[in-house]
Amino acid sequence: MQDFGPADPADLKARTTYWIPDQVGSGRDEQMINISPIKLFMERLETKRWLLPALLVFVFGLSLVIQQFELLDPYVQLIIMYVGINIILTLSLNLINGYMGEFSVGHAGFMAIGAYVASFLTVKVFPAHMAAWLFPAAVVAGGAAAGVVGLVVAFPSFKTRGDYLAIVTLAFGMIVKSVIENIDALGGPRGFLGMEKLSTLPWVFFWVLLSVWVIRNLIYSNFGRGVLSIREDEVASDLMSVNTNHVKVLAFTVSSFFAGIAGALFAHLLQFINPRAFDIIKSTDILIMVYLGGIGSIAGSVIGATVYTVLLEVLRPMGIWRMVFMPLVLVLLMIFRPKGIMGLREFRWFVPVRDMLASRLWREKKAGT
Amino acid sequence: MTYVLQQLLNALQVGSIYALIALGYTMVYGILTMINFAHGDLFMVGAFLCFVAAVSLHLPFVPVLLLSMIGVAFLGVVIERFAYKPLRQAPRVSAIITALGVGLFLENFTLALNPYPKQIPQLLENTTWTFFGLSISSLQAFVIILSLVLMWILDLIVRRTMVGMAMRAISWDKTVVPLMGVPVNLIISATFAIGTSLGGAAGVMYGLAYPVIDPYMGIMVGWKAFIAAVVGGIGNIRGAMIGGYILGAVEIMVVAFLPSTYRDFIAFVLLLVLLIFRPYGILGKPHPQKV
Amino acid sequence: MSVLTAQKLTHYFDGLAAVSEFNLNLEPYELVGIIGPNGAGKTTIFNLITGVYKATHGSISFAGTEIVGKTPSTITALGIARTFQNIRLFKELSVLDNVRIAHYARVRYSPIEALLHIGRFLKEEEEIIGHSMDLLAFLKLDAYADEISRNLPYGLQRRLEIARALATRPKLLLLDEPAAGMNPNEVSQLMEFIKWIRKEFDLTILLIEHQMHLVMNICERLLVLDFGETIAEGLPRDIQKNPRVLEVYLGEVTC
Repeated sequence: MQDFGPADPADLKARTTYWIPDQVGSGRDEQMINISPIKLFMERLETKRWLLPALLVFVFGLSLVIQQFELLDPYVQLIIMYVGINIILTLSLNLINGYMGEFSVGHAGFMAIGAYVASFLTVKVFPAHMAAWLFPAAVVAGGAAAGVVGLVVAFPSFKTRGDYLAIVTLAFGMIVKSVIENIDALGGPRGFLGMEKLSTLPWVFFWVLLSVWVIRNLIYSNFGRGVLSIREDEVASDLMSVNTNHVKVLAFTVSSFFAGIAGALFAHLLQFINPRAFDIIKSTDILIMVYLGGIGSIAGSVIGATVYTVLLEVLRPMGIWRMVFMPLVLVLLMIFRPKGIMGLREFRWFVPVRDMLASRLWREKKAGT
Repeated sequence: MTYVLQQLLNALQVGSIYALIALGYTMVYGILTMINFAHGDLFMVGAFLCFVAAVSLHLPFVPVLLLSMIGVAFLGVVIERFAYKPLRQAPRVSAIITALGVGLFLENFTLALNPYPKQIPQLLENTTWTFFGLSISSLQAFVIILSLVLMWILDLIVRRTMVGMAMRAISWDKTVVPLMGVPVNLIISATFAIGTSLGGAAGVMYGLAYPVIDPYMGIMVGWKAFIAAVVGGIGNIRGAMIGGYILGAVEIMVVAFLPSTYRDFIAFVLLLVLLIFRPYGILGKPHPQKV
Repeated sequence: MSVLTAQKLTHYFDGLAAVSEFNLNLEPYELVGIIGPNGAGKTTIFNLITGVYKATHGSISFAGTEIVGKTPSTITALGIARTFQNIRLFKELSVLDNVRIAHYARVRYSPIEALLHIGRFLKEEEEIIGHSMDLLAFLKLDAYADEISRNLPYGLQRRLEIARALATRPKLLLLDEPAAGMNPNEVSQLMEFIKWIRKEFDLTILLIEHQMHLVMNICERLLVLDFGETIAEGLPRDIQKNPRVLEVYLGEVTC
């Protein structure tokens, strides 16, 4: 076979998504000598991937200790839990808006479903003394209810895109709010209360961990690649055998499931919910966190949620002026970094080794045989 | 029967306001393929400018209207120049988020300056006429007539002037038009100025009809007007007008016959159903995808 | 058994017939070309075969199965793959990911296994990577595996598009103007490349092309389209002398 085109990648300016760390001694040592010590340290650190699980276990243990012995100010704990809930929300919306490239504007609706279903269960259905033990079941139920509805919302997305899908999801959010307002058993416009403060640091941390792990698994799988291909070119994706309808249903279901989980946790943190908490302003908040942190990035979702939540709290003394300042920051960010802080890039520890080093491992296997 | 007709009259008033706002969305979308989500908040700014002009400057109605429209138009052009222009090449969604940010800024800035809801004084005589059992207030009639006049003027501009022709040309093919010697940026600014000034006028009329205004009033109205523009076919000026009146009619009719808490719910469901049967809006055309 | 049979294939766009009464019969391993002026309906035929449009009238049968009305992803999974006139790669994704995505239909594991990375997931992912890299290596693209596809030079992007199509393990490959934008040297290489992949991958190939040098030299049979109608069909050397074809391409003979 004849070649056509240059066969040597050195001819191209290397602009890959991931930078792949080499083991020391592989021949890149000469390059490493001229690198600053900090960069060298970071490079060495990155190969030690076991640090991430170890760190997470440690933090989980820490959260248990903090909660048991009340080592942190309750206000600080509240903020940390808010950050956690927002991380789950941001990540779940990022799956649809960032990775799949759709424009869903009613995410608070799924959150509301999860919040109300879980609250109804713990307050009205579960026996009072069992509520704390059955809390995870209530949270899962909230998520499942939201997931089922998410499945339904996926269907309009088959034929519509962009602005029209925005309408559908916007209307969906409004409809959920209206429906709740008209159901007396859920308190209607006055709201629903009576929840115990069942959301604790360890629980929130656990759910954040689970959602990050599951969504990350999804992204680095066949279906996740399908999601990305829909964003890139839906028609070509169909023609490359991707069943876009299946992928959309799966993405919407997973996304709304976790939004429901976040809603359930939110309800049992605040101990009072009303439809206004889940209106267009809430959906807008989640949108901002997604685009602030970076579309198509797990680390971006974490960063966006953390920065937004913490900054809003820290700026509280500014009063209403913080809500003038934040949007200005957002606009400036969009002008100078339209894809967000971590747009389309990923924290290397989140990427499975198999995906990150796929080509290199294959070459090593070939060389070995 | 008279009840229905009476409600239809009310619907005309509400629909006129929605239509004026929807026009702003559709004009900007037509020329830049961008949804200016700050538009609803510009409507709110119009109402507040009306308040300032009427209360602080003690101006009569016509200068108030002109001042609000020009003020909002100016603000719209400034926003376009500083917040949207840098993002013309960026992914569309970034521009939308910027628009949301601008909107939030406007809402909260106004709130910071005006912590309490404000009341707009009565600037026009309000007499009620009755005929055949229907009553209509002069204010309602004025709103409807003024809106129709503004829409007619807009139609003339778009169809009969060079500026309008340039606007339509840019909405069809943005890359070629500058090569024909058309000052694209100027036309885009003009489009924003006209579209937002209509929203400002709507703000004034809303303020006169429902005299208590607050900084967050633009949010719901803005999103609803956006839906109206899409239902009519986004990018289509006639469609925006039709969409606005349909939304007004649906809202009023729902409240007329059902408990008011169902208003938004039914309105959105009906609009969704309409989109199912006419996926590109009533007067919209699908963009043919070339494979 | 014939690979593809199109019978009386007709498609209207808003009352205008883009394709009229198109007939085609492809035997296994044939290399057939469709030529004609711009707008003649050639790409529309590709879109009809691959299910992007549902034909207004007529039938298409692939390996004995009727495919009109099936979704594009189903048709691709059945064994028809294609490339595009304007390259439609997944631009922000790496070369390797572009090829991996084409394995979607071959995957057996369920969403649950994907969400938890258990069960058949690990083994099948290894296989997908292995097959994708092998394919890239075969087509001399493996060195670029981690490169973002939009960074590749034009010629390599075209090659990648073909690699991606081949990853779906097709029996029939549709190439839409594969030589577009290439100089004569590249075209010669492309000709060898097409003949080579037909042999290596046991393909039947249908191609649309404007470059006569390529068409006349590798196609075994040609169909000529004009305004949606087939105006000639036969061997390349006969088509070259067909007066109607010459008229369509060069204008009326006035001597």
